[in-house]
Amino acid sequence: MKILLSKPGLDGHDVGVKVLAHALKDAGFEIVYTGLRKSPEEIVKMAIDNKVDVIGLSILSGTHTIITQKVKDVMTANKLQIPWIVGGNIPAQDVEPLMKLGPNAVFATGTKIDDVVSYFKELKEKIINKQ
Amino acid sequence: MEKPIFLESGIQVEPLYTKSDVNSEIENELPGKYPFTRGIHPLMYRKSPFTIRQYAGFATPEETNERFHFLLKNGQSGLNVAFDLPTQCGLDSDDPRAFGEIGRVGMTIDTLEDFEIAFKNIDLNKITVSMTINGSAIVLIAMYIALAEKWNYDIKNLRGTAQNDILKEFIGRGTWIFPVPQSVKLVIDTIEYCAKNIPKYSPVSVCGYHIRESGANPIQEMAYAFCIAKAYTDGALQRGIDIDEFASRLSFNFDIYGNLFEQIAKFRGGRRLWAKIIREEYHAKNDNSCWMRMIAGGGGGGLTKEQPENNIIRSAYYALISALSGTQTMALCSYDEAYTIPTEKAAEISLRTMQILIHEMGICDTVDPLGGSYYIESLTDTFEKEIKQEMKKVAQWGGIINAVATGKIQESVSKQAYIREIAIQRGEVDKVGLNIYTKQEETKSVDFHPYNEEAANKQINKLKAIKQKRNNAQVAELLKVVKNDAQNNLNLMPSIIAAVKEYATVGEIIQVLKDVYGEYKEPIFF
Repeated sequence: MKILLSKPGLDGHDVGVKVLAHALKDAGFEIVYTGLRKSPEEIVKMAIDNKVDVIGLSILSGTHTIITQKVKDVMTANKLQIPWIVGGNIPAQDVEPLMKLGPNAVFATGTKIDDVVSYFKELKEKIINKQ
Repeated sequence: MEKPIFLESGIQVEPLYTKSDVNSEIENELPGKYPFTRGIHPLMYRKSPFTIRQYAGFATPEETNERFHFLLKNGQSGLNVAFDLPTQCGLDSDDPRAFGEIGRVGMTIDTLEDFEIAFKNIDLNKITVSMTINGSAIVLIAMYIALAEKWNYDIKNLRGTAQNDILKEFIGRGTWIFPVPQSVKLVIDTIEYCAKNIPKYSPVSVCGYHIRESGANPIQEMAYAFCIAKAYTDGALQRGIDIDEFASRLSFNFDIYGNLFEQIAKFRGGRRLWAKIIREEYHAKNDNSCWMRMIAGGGGGGLTKEQPENNIIRSAYYALISALSGTQTMALCSYDEAYTIPTEKAAEISLRTMQILIHEMGICDTVDPLGGSYYIESLTDTFEKEIKQEMKKVAQWGGIINAVATGKIQESVSKQAYIREIAIQRGEVDKVGLNIYTKQEETKSVDFHPYNEEAANKQINKLKAIKQKRNNAQVAELLKVVKNDAQNNLNLMPSIIAAVKEYATVGEIIQVLKDVYGEYKEPIFF
């Protein structure tokens, strides 16, 4: 499974996303990382160009609601229908409103790496079973 | 056989240290005397305690102005100014990429008008402004100078500092804009201009802090910061600036979380090594050129979201570390900073933590109270040696500019962050409340700072108005001069100062430079 890990918005906190990239790579996933400061349009384009199976958004600047909405809009406009996941510094009370925007999962602040890796493993199973 | 104990830096700790573990040099070393292991001043805090300087963001120029007036009334003269991310990345408020970010983490600056509002009715000779700005620093420094000149101040007397350490932005923090060599060129432009025109201004503060927060161990934090400081020093010397002139304005910003003894030794060993570098490699004549002046603070990397009140205790220990290390300035992360922008209450507790240390703990009574401890001195010697060794590694990677441009440093730092994080999450490194002594916590609602859309729109309208009011033909002409100077590899400070005086925007100037230099392409290594 190929995962695009992305940093939308202007925030430069990339320690978490890089730690996760290492962990997912060690767990056998193929990782494409966008680098910092990518627009929703750039992220969706990278997802399409690289034919990834999942998009992950890492947001730590407090702009998660605005950005998640925008990414959703751009994905819809491009008819991109793949699982997508939001993580970063997300307060627990924002998880539910964010989920309503349509991502497959939202990982709030304090989520364990092993839990995220397990989630992706289950997702992989589901995708394989579908095929 | 007893299990060996290793510090985060990989140094092995013995069960006991005795005189034989210590280099005898220390017995002859004194604070205020080269190589300054024991402190840069003879009397340190006995003469005056470390400066408390908390980092704070005020969303608008108007709020910043209010804050300045409040501080001046209360006898303070310094302010640490934070900027929002669009300003830090060189984007104007009306840029679509700025949407949702305007005024969020600090003050928005589009044009000189914003500075005119922020410093309204303030005597610029009476304040020192510290600007946390990097990628777009040259424009913001130029703006501060332009403001002073417009208001008829003699800029020779201006005081203040800019963070302006672009090399560390590529390793952590991430507000880079241009490719690495051009980015460094801009820093050297500011250094040259300031040295020749505003001798009391400190144009660079080299940050090990963000490098450590990105995953570097304490040895790497110091080693990379020193390599970066040397890169700026080399650049300054190439422009004909005297080593004593430059080194005496240079300061450092370091992190304080982790093992208490390890951090203290890190600072003492680092201070000795930096002094030797400046004297032996650069042949500085003045003793104070050899000072490793520092703000040692923050400690965000050590805080946890779990049982956040424990962070109050952690921060108190971090403050102690910083003071026992002989810092010049201290700032602490607030206990809630692991998950939100600090609340006022949390910021106040940080302030009181430092004040209690100064007033109740006797920390200021005598200089370098840990000096002579076998353990501390042995570790100090080891740190001096190990930092030097790590700097050699960077040299083997082709020097710091190359090592950053190729992503070598970023790769090693992020790999280490991963190893450390996994060790914490698997319980191999103890973290109270996170992997030991944990408890089921109620999901607390976090007091999150809402986005002020009204203020953002006001800022955008202000920018629109200015673009109509200013002499646009002249602005275009002055931007052309900036472009020409960039193409001809001239110092860009004069042309940028001229352009901002006519209200060219931060975004316009940065765009002109992007046209000439291109943009940094992040090396991706997964």
